[in-house]
Amino acid sequence: MREVAILGIGQTKFGELWDRSFREIGIEAGFAALQEAKLSSQDIGALYLGNMASGSFIEQEHIAPLILDYAGLAGHHLPAIRVEAGGASGAVALHQAYLAVASGAHDFVVVGGAEKMTDVPEDVQTDIANASADQEWETVFGATLPSLWALVARRHMHDHGTRREDFARIPVMAHEMGSKNPLAHFRNKITLDQVLEGSPVADPLGVMDCAPASDGAAAVVLGPLEVARKYTDTPVRIAASQVACDTLALQHRKDVTTVEATVVAAKAAFQRAKKSPKDVQVAEIHDAYSISALMALEDLGFYAKGAAAKGLSDGEVAFGGKLSINTSGGLKAQGQPFGAVGVAQVAEIVRQLRGDAKDRQVSGAKLGLTHNLGGTGATSVVHLLERAN
Amino acid sequence: MTVARFWRETPRRYNLGGNRCSACTTVYFPPRAVCPTCQKHRQSLGKMEPFTLSGDGEVFSFTLVHEAAEGFEMQVPYVLALIKTPEGPLLTGQIVDISLEEVHIGMRVRAAFRKLREDGRAGVIHYGYKFSPARENGGREAVASPVSQEALARAAARAQGTART
Repeated sequence: MREVAILGIGQTKFGELWDRSFREIGIEAGFAALQEAKLSSQDIGALYLGNMASGSFIEQEHIAPLILDYAGLAGHHLPAIRVEAGGASGAVALHQAYLAVASGAHDFVVVGGAEKMTDVPEDVQTDIANASADQEWETVFGATLPSLWALVARRHMHDHGTRREDFARIPVMAHEMGSKNPLAHFRNKITLDQVLEGSPVADPLGVMDCAPASDGAAAVVLGPLEVARKYTDTPVRIAASQVACDTLALQHRKDVTTVEATVVAAKAAFQRAKKSPKDVQVAEIHDAYSISALMALEDLGFYAKGAAAKGLSDGEVAFGGKLSINTSGGLKAQGQPFGAVGVAQVAEIVRQLRGDAKDRQVSGAKLGLTHNLGGTGATSVVHLLERAN
Repeated sequence: MTVARFWRETPRRYNLGGNRCSACTTVYFPPRAVCPTCQKHRQSLGKMEPFTLSGDGEVFSFTLVHEAAEGFEMQVPYVLALIKTPEGPLLTGQIVDISLEEVHIGMRVRAAFRKLREDGRAGVIHYGYKFSPARENGGREAVASPVSQEALARAAARAQGTART
């Protein structure tokens, strides 16, 4: 396997983009990434597109050739492949593209992630999102994604002494960083009290614990590390790309307070990169729900089970602290266009490693991590990214 | 959800019909074709035997749902829980016949046969299990189902017959 580098990134604004269509946002992100990488369309070997539910959101399937077409590339007859893994679709698409370049099957590959969610009303958005849980044995009995995460939260509080305010800190931090990100869906700051007093969704989770439904797209261009300098002055090496899966339904997990898929993916990623969690300065962590991010801090190996709460309250996990998380604003503030999330997380880490993150910059960022989940953790993807010197 | 899609799961959703691995005796709900616990799990293929859960359980975790799943809008707020059964499996379901303050982790419950939701105004009505508090002195909540076991057996037999024809 050869080493793989990220040569360019692109991203649209995230939010309610009522004036823009799925195909428009998809190609905007892709073109931006290609332009950064100084690649022409003839150089591209394949397109991978992460998307969760275009069939439900915009009644359009077969979207990989659609984006290829509107990017002006249909004439090259490239393979364009859609990847679906619930909320982790983007990161799994990146993983597939990484394998394609690492194996030598392709030299240059574009990875896109896109979702157009606001063409349907809010209640429909929720029902579509719930389809990444088990429709036969969870949602049919009244479960929703936030209620499943609420069951996790309550048990985490019971088993590990976690308090409500411990995970309520995560959206506060997310909005603080979102206020500094011009591409973010939400740019307002919020207080701990606003999270605690937010209208209830599934207790203990309120509306401020849950990431929004957004439109948006992100893209990265991958190529072999050995030639990366020809295309960019600031290549970022993919030090590890790991996907791990578990039971679809929460009720079948060994321990609902651990996302075992994350534990496995993170261990494998750190092993492959010959690094450990203490080497990471900056991480984009899946905060679709505040509790999912708190648990990820434990499952990724930053903290022992039950100890992330202290790391958060002591300020170790904070912008400019020992570990900076979700400098983009995370899913909560930057936004959550399902298929785009995993790719946008990687784009933010690339900005950090290049030193391009402006007033969100983490000083001395050398190794970054991304963590993207599908459903309640049936799919977990961990990427480790490093400045290529 | 189409009629057939719901109907084909009724033996499980009405009667808690799971299965058990004949090699390692692990119980599964819903039933599985292979045993994920056995080391050589392919060998369990075709050797899983039917096993019906007792309907007993205790609350493993719970939440009060304010933003409902599709078809549950008229029931908010409702209690959703993970129920640990003595046979092993965890089940996801609502807890009913209880005041919200009473629900706690470790509380003993029994499965109850209830209406789950309606498929729109003209669609079929979905039935299945919910859970209610297990009362020591034989209140109506202590009964797993308002339908007798014999009636359920007859219904299951009819369903089997229909499936064959």
